Amino acid sequence: MANIVQVLVDAIALGSLYALVALAIGLVFGVMRLVNFAQADYITIGAYALVVPTASVTPPLLLGALPAALMIGGVLFVVVVLALLTERVAFRPLRNSNPSTLLISSFAVSYFLQNLVMLIHTGRPKSVGIGQSLANAVEIGGVRVPGVQLLTMGVTAGLLVALVLFLKKTPLGIQMRAAAENFQMARLLGMPANRVIALAFAISGLLSGVVSLLLTIQTGTLDLRMGLMPVVYGFFATVIGGMGSLPGAALGGFLVGVASVLLQTYLPADLRPFRDAGVFTLVILILLVRPQGLIVTSAAKERV
Amino acid sequence: MKSKTMPSLAAIGRFWFPVLALVVPLALIVVVTGHFGGLSLQRTVIEMLISIVIVVGLYVFVGNSGIISFGHATFMAIAAYASAWQTCCEMLKPITMSGLPHFLRDQSIPLLPSAIVSVLLAGAAAFLTGLVIMRLTGLAASISTLAVLFILNVVYSNWDSVTMGSASIVGLPTYVTAWLALGCAVLAIVIAYLYQISAFGLAIRATREDEVAAAASGISLYWSRLIAFTLSGFLVGLGGVLQAHYLGTVSINNFFLSFTFLALAMLIVGGMGSLAGAVVGVVVITAMVDIFRRLEGGISIGGQQWSLPAGTQELIIAGFMLLILVFRKDGIMAGREIGLPQQPHREKGLING
Repeated sequence: MANIVQVLVDAIALGSLYALVALAIGLVFGVMRLVNFAQADYITIGAYALVVPTASVTPPLLLGALPAALMIGGVLFVVVVLALLTERVAFRPLRNSNPSTLLISSFAVSYFLQNLVMLIHTGRPKSVGIGQSLANAVEIGGVRVPGVQLLTMGVTAGLLVALVLFLKKTPLGIQMRAAAENFQMARLLGMPANRVIALAFAISGLLSGVVSLLLTIQTGTLDLRMGLMPVVYGFFATVIGGMGSLPGAALGGFLVGVASVLLQTYLPADLRPFRDAGVFTLVILILLVRPQGLIVTSAAKERV
Repeated sequence: MKSKTMPSLAAIGRFWFPVLALVVPLALIVVVTGHFGGLSLQRTVIEMLISIVIVVGLYVFVGNSGIISFGHATFMAIAAYASAWQTCCEMLKPITMSGLPHFLRDQSIPLLPSAIVSVLLAGAAAFLTGLVIMRLTGLAASISTLAVLFILNVVYSNWDSVTMGSASIVGLPTYVTAWLALGCAVLAIVIAYLYQISAFGLAIRATREDEVAAAASGISLYWSRLIAFTLSGFLVGLGGVLQAHYLGTVSINNFFLSFTFLALAMLIVGGMGSLAGAVVGVVVITAMVDIFRRLEGGISIGGQQWSLPAGTQELIIAGFMLLILVFRKDGIMAGREIGLPQQPHREKGLING
């Protein structure tokens, strides 16, 4: 029994992480139809901001040496600035292009950033120690839950509530939802396009920064491609959730996280390395049944 | 095309001109570098010709349908591995790849039949994937092709007894010369050209311009895209076989995101709307990569040794691609074929993303 609860906790913790990434992708997609590949590098760069650029495997800490509050603030600041910068330089000039062009340009931005990190920090993985105290497990009703997982779940729940309140209650949030619904119409009615899009990028940067910190605490390593898998899962989450739908993105994130943990646990040992292939196949199968995703928004429908 | 009975020589010339305009310069490059170029330049030319096979293959689907595919490296990998299983390292195979079926493990298959089988396999894989994925449209289709790429990568890098995991299979016979690569590039260009002016090609180009209008005119989005996807799987598979037998090694890491980025960059920079764009893009990007690779390797100016830091090349390619996307969205060729001067190509007006 405890075993099943344990698996469930793992699944929810991983699902929350993916849900955060999927929300970051979904927000930007909502306002400008951009599926942002570079999201992966926001996460990577946020994590690399913790250390001083050297070739050593255990580099001295940079932002990571600051007290917790400043460290968190610093990482979030770096990622938000990065997100705004890519928006300004690479995506704003392309705002009226079709989604395929935008996707390709984000692919190019991602490739650029990844190689920039490699140029500065070298390509070898590094180990970093922040938040070690969180690795200790907390025992709740006979189930030992690592602190990191509790933190992940708590942070996700908090951010979800904050995001929902922001989108429903504040003028900017309402403008953002209007933009996601029908950008042209919202613009005609006086929505400040630049500000709303920049805001979407800032929030997606914020979420990515949180993911960088959670991932780094969890694994204790920095790697050039550390953002890749979460973002790929995030992509699939937004697609099966229904592109343009934020509840869909969160739901999709939880689904792929849960599927991934369940496959990891219940697949026979010699098939376990193929887990990701199983999750991706599942994604394609879900799309076959519901090509528009689980939650269909008006933005996803074909207009004739 | 007007009179089928007795096409004049001029008509034939006009018909084939877009192909000749691409093929003749390529042949000249092969002849000139073969006579005057150094060994490293000749190698670059062969790599370029192989890239043309791959990118033209990618163009057959992406260019004609307008749907970005991240999954084509999959079909290259399938063909390259299939060819490796059939032709490489007869002595080592039973040990390193013990999971292979008997007929592959204990014997080698002659080069030509093995190449044909590998290409057919890549095409069949593209057809099967297409059966599923072409039911989706737009971004969902693009992202599903990415899923296919990841599925193959996970499977091939963990299926140790057959693919040697993430290690390289070495010892494939290397038979690819500049002339063979040129022959395959010409074949790919001719097939792509005949396809895009055929009824199937026109149909799918109509879906690219306006899905709804094309569907309303009785074009099946599904079938027209499936045909393009399959054909492009064959061509990309040919590229995979060539690359495997040019390098002599096969490794799954060479068929993942970096490779996909480079191939897409070639297609986008040249302009994915036309065959000429695909070829021009390969030539331009190959030249850039080669120049920066040499600069990274170091050159000496006035007795001083200068070199760019490793990784500059990738930054420049990505930056260049972004510049093209921002300032010349349809690429260098802007969706145009190279036509005879007095008769500008008709499709000019059609392509605007």
